[in-house]
Amino acid sequence: MSHAFVEVQKAAKRFPGASKEAEPLTVFENISFQLKKGEFVCIIGHSGCGKSTIMNALAGLDQFSEGSMVMENKEISGPGLERGVVFQNYSLLPWLTALENVRFGVRARWKGWSDREVTDHSMKYLEMVGLKEVVDRKPSQLSGGMRQRVSIARAFATKPKLLLLDEPFGALDALTRGVIQDELIKIWSKDQQTVFMITHDVDEAILLADRIFLMTNGPQARIAEAVEIDLPRPRQRASIVKHPHFYKIRNYLVDFLVNRSSELRTQEFDGQGLRYPTPVNPVQLEDAEATTDSPPASPATEPQENLVKFTPKEVRHG
Amino acid sequence: MDRTTTEWKLSLNARATILAIMLLVVGLGVWEGLNQSPLLGGGEALSEYEQLLAGADESAKVPPPSEIAVKAWQELSNPFYDAGPNDKGIGIQLGYSLYRVLSGYLLAALVAIPIGFLIGMSPLAYKALNPFIQVLRPISPLAWMPLALFIIRDSEASAIFVIFICSIWPMLLNTAFGVAGVRNDWVNVARTHELSSLQTAFKVILPAAAPTILTGMRISIGIAWLVIVAAEMLVGGTGIGYYVWNEWNNLDLTSVIFSILMIGVVGMLLDMSLAYIARFVTYAE
Ligand SMILES: Nc1ncnc2c1ncn2[C@@H]1O[C@H](COP(=O)(O)OP(=O)(O)O)[C@@H](O)[C@H]1O
Ligand SMILES: [Mg+2]
Repeated sequence: MSHAFVEVQKAAKRFPGASKEAEPLTVFENISFQLKKGEFVCIIGHSGCGKSTIMNALAGLDQFSEGSMVMENKEISGPGLERGVVFQNYSLLPWLTALENVRFGVRARWKGWSDREVTDHSMKYLEMVGLKEVVDRKPSQLSGGMRQRVSIARAFATKPKLLLLDEPFGALDALTRGVIQDELIKIWSKDQQTVFMITHDVDEAILLADRIFLMTNGPQARIAEAVEIDLPRPRQRASIVKHPHFYKIRNYLVDFLVNRSSELRTQEFDGQGLRYPTPVNPVQLEDAEATTDSPPASPATEPQENLVKFTPKEVRHG
Repeated sequence: MDRTTTEWKLSLNARATILAIMLLVVGLGVWEGLNQSPLLGGGEALSEYEQLLAGADESAKVPPPSEIAVKAWQELSNPFYDAGPNDKGIGIQLGYSLYRVLSGYLLAALVAIPIGFLIGMSPLAYKALNPFIQVLRPISPLAWMPLALFIIRDSEASAIFVIFICSIWPMLLNTAFGVAGVRNDWVNVARTHELSSLQTAFKVILPAAAPTILTGMRISIGIAWLVIVAAEMLVGGTGIGYYVWNEWNNLDLTSVIFSILMIGVVGMLLDMSLAYIARFVTYAE
């Protein structure tokens, strides 16, 4: 029996080949990971490696071809209110106002509440994301940033145990993105939900995450490593870049995206048992290198060294 | 800059109005003028009538606008008089037609919208019902009339049935099209919030498809109004279609032209009311 809050084991996604004889296309396989309660995990990787597929499976909107998903010891087998989702395209209902959109979620979550309670609760979350003044506008009358705030307010207002965010800020300009990131941190630190978020933005991931999953390129993608971000909280966008560890982490992530994500052939790591992403702490890694006075190791070999040290916990099915 | 644009816009509307009035005045003027001249009044254009109806007098001519205006004034100042089966006010005749159109139309909506929903939601239902729709849809609604008269044995109900059958298709197809085209993202919002199928239908799919459904309803009311005139010419008795035909039989062309105008005005009002309702359900994405 797993004690992790969320446990994904040996997940794979395959599509049938173009013709009957053709090999099926394996987008990713042998993906296993755990999420701890209250943890903020980001996942980064190149387009098409299957991040959205993993997220939609966790949301219950899509299915893995193989593998199992458990949340609080219950199999995930469809969408549910204990898992909230924020999509890149906001997914607000355009015929409802901002307030009505949030009310839509709150009403679905607490069916017994009076209209008054639903409105008050919704307003509280809209105020939290700074939209008090525009609650009566339709999504088409709001800017992209405002729409995404409504969407975030709706997701947080239903108090899901697990919050899934698929590139929530992907369509926003850098300035708006920064403001909403701050709001996300604020609202998250209040409710301490478990968050699983896809992003393309390395800085955003460092700012927000406790751990960052690094995904190799598809097809047959894997989650290679889980980078631990031990920068102190609360974090601020302006000051975090001055932290001595920031650039060590950042360089490590960028190096992964630019070089190693395509070079790593993680199939070689696949044992017969479960394989969790290798935990990596770029800061300690670099310090260790410095003390042993070795020349900078070629990055591609590092994870393998790490993997040898890492003995995956065998987890029996519940 | 702004000022000039607004001024220009205002003047566009104003100029359009002026142009429309000018066209009306010129058109009516030419019509009236031709009527006075011997060319149209006594000469070629109506010579067939005159040959047919020996000794035909002024009443066989296309009446000038002035006569129609007088007629309109008479009719509209007392629209609801009832002096026997062949002499009822224009208001009563239009009322009969509207009653038939609206009953047939509402019945059609009650059938078309749920079935359209089903077809839009279920590819199975779509594939199974599509052949029937494709065959039934192109049939002229009036072709149903003899069958309806035989089965229903009531001219009133048969007229309503014809309206029903002609207004059902645009509503059915538009509903199916609108429902099938609801964005997956919005359905996913319903799914992640654990809405039941019924809740999803009413809280997400219906409002999302409503503008398309309303477009279908607007097309249908237009068709129904076109068809009722022909249907009433066939079944007779009452209604604006019967009225037109009856006045033609009386050779009262003034009344014919007046009722043609009334058909146009009522049709426009029907369309405008549907357009007005559509404003409440449209949304911008
Ligand atoms: N129906 C399909 N048939 C074949 N391949 C598909 C199909 N749907 C998605 N894919 C592939 O699945 C991969 C994963 O997509 P996605 O999860 O959206 O990636 P990401 O979110 O990481 O950019 C993509 O490479 C895409 O080409
Ligand atoms: Mg994606």
